[in-house]
Amino acid sequence: MEVSTIDTEKEVKYTKKKEKKISLKKLKKQKFLIFMSLPFVIWIIIFKYLPLFGWVMAFQDYKPGKSLFDQTWVGLKHFKVLFKEPQFYQSLQNTLAMSILGLVFGTVTAIAFALLLNELKNAKFKKSVQTISYLPHFISWVVAASIITSMLAPSGVINQILLGLHIIKEPLSFMSNPDFFWGIVTGSDVWKEMGWNAIIYLAAITSIDPELYDAAKVDGAGRIRQIINITLPSIKPTIIVLLIMSIGNLLNIGFEKQMLLGNPVVADKSLVIDYYALNYGIGMFRYSFGTAIGIFKSVISIILIIIANRLAKKSGEGALI
Amino acid sequence: MRRKITAFDTVLAIIMIIIAVVTVYPFLNVLAISLNDATDTVKGGIYIWPREFTLQNYKEIFEGSSKLPQGLLISVLRTVIGTFTGVLASAMVAYTLSRREFVFNKFITILFVLTMYIGGGLIPEYMVIRGLGLVNNFAVYILPGLISAFNVIVIRSFIDGLPEALNESAMIDGANDFIIFTKIVLPLCLPVIATVALFIAVGQWNSWFDTYLYARSNDGLTTLQYELMKVMGNATGTAKVDPNNPIVQAASVNPESIKMAITMVATLPILLVYPFVQKYFVTGMTLGAVKS
Repeated sequence: MEVSTIDTEKEVKYTKKKEKKISLKKLKKQKFLIFMSLPFVIWIIIFKYLPLFGWVMAFQDYKPGKSLFDQTWVGLKHFKVLFKEPQFYQSLQNTLAMSILGLVFGTVTAIAFALLLNELKNAKFKKSVQTISYLPHFISWVVAASIITSMLAPSGVINQILLGLHIIKEPLSFMSNPDFFWGIVTGSDVWKEMGWNAIIYLAAITSIDPELYDAAKVDGAGRIRQIINITLPSIKPTIIVLLIMSIGNLLNIGFEKQMLLGNPVVADKSLVIDYYALNYGIGMFRYSFGTAIGIFKSVISIILIIIANRLAKKSGEGALI
Repeated sequence: MRRKITAFDTVLAIIMIIIAVVTVYPFLNVLAISLNDATDTVKGGIYIWPREFTLQNYKEIFEGSSKLPQGLLISVLRTVIGTFTGVLASAMVAYTLSRREFVFNKFITILFVLTMYIGGGLIPEYMVIRGLGLVNNFAVYILPGLISAFNVIVIRSFIDGLPEALNESAMIDGANDFIIFTKIVLPLCLPVIATVALFIAVGQWNSWFDTYLYARSNDGLTTLQYELMKVMGNATGTAKVDPNNPIVQAASVNPESIKMAITMVATLPILLVYPFVQKYFVTGMTLGAVKS
């Protein structure tokens, strides 16, 4: 009963609020709220919205030292140059490849790990494995890259295991073979994030009605049957929502891993779109060109988000935004 | 009812142990190598226990003209100051946005939420930060990333769950919003503040790219993570430690051991606090997941 009265009270407040307009009296009454938020409104305008005005650089031949208004306008020149660059297509291909590999393997391993973890009956063992599993999530990519390059070095543990099992005859130089690069990035990602990403699936699994399992047991279903017929279908909505959400981020894989694990020898496979923008935009002082790359990426991302949102509505999980 | 231990359970346990070993082994290996005599390490065969125990590697990285002590100091400073200011700013914004009657509530909410979807991108942001004179300035570690919209939403939804009567009774007592925020809301928000603080702190400690982009030409401002990144020497293309790095050159021992010692220093704070705080991280993750 109590809850419902509070709700109606809130509703009354909302409608009241809508009726009222901003008045001087009200502003005066809320001066502390205004003082408390003003610095951060200024902050967000400077650091998050001012850069958006920088987008005009992409349509100019930006020269440092002059204001944005005094630059020469060149229209779509930088975009035309960009779409002719073979390196641009290469970076796009690398970005999508590593992004999709990461999404597929990241999702599959996290779900599998969550399912297996859920089957552990010893609570202490389960807790320990889980706690250990998300430890790597909290270390920086610099540390992770340092560790991974050591493990994959010619004298590293991976080569020793492969030699010991007689799978290879001499140590492989993983880090300097372009063919291995996508796999190394994907594998590193799985190693670092699998446990962390499993948390959300585990939360979904714990909310499944235990009666479903009891019914299945009566029907004689074994544990693997139960996983396939009850657990997986029950967490399907979670899986779909997370997959759809990652569509909008397909191009936003950043460049940390690629920059830290990559090197000039594997550059053909490690160059991703953000790194490309960084190299050209800041490294070579081609600010306008770099901005054009950024705009291209943002436009594609917004399109992807809209598509994802449509998919979400269709799948019946509700819009994401 | 006692369950029988089936073949399924055994296979499961083995898989889980393998996962745990694969996760932990690299850390133990790094630790063992960092504590092993550098000349002896070259012979190979160091797994999880040092063969010839020594602290020499750690001495090397902190002695002489090494930039590591200063990197450590900057890392600690940015973590402490960045976490304090970040939490305070996020909580303050979250509080004003939790007040439904606030006339600019909707406007400010939209301002913050939009930043989760659009951004100016790397180069325009770089230009703004450079224009503000933040390059080679300690403030570049604090100001540009002061507030994340995500943290604001997490704290606000926590405040929304607090009983509203608290605010109202304080209002009647004549307390203004600033007093309500500092005296009533902030203390009640401690659980969510702890979670947000941990996330900001880990982010600050682990950050290296801002140093790379904005502060690498100021020798006094480089962080631990950045110094480690430099030692790794990706530029050489051999995935070997950069032999031209000043820290490596100054050291008299094998570069790989130097790298391992620095890696350990960069990881240790996280490993040390991790067992005590990991439950807050998970709370935060689930909290955020529910919201988004």
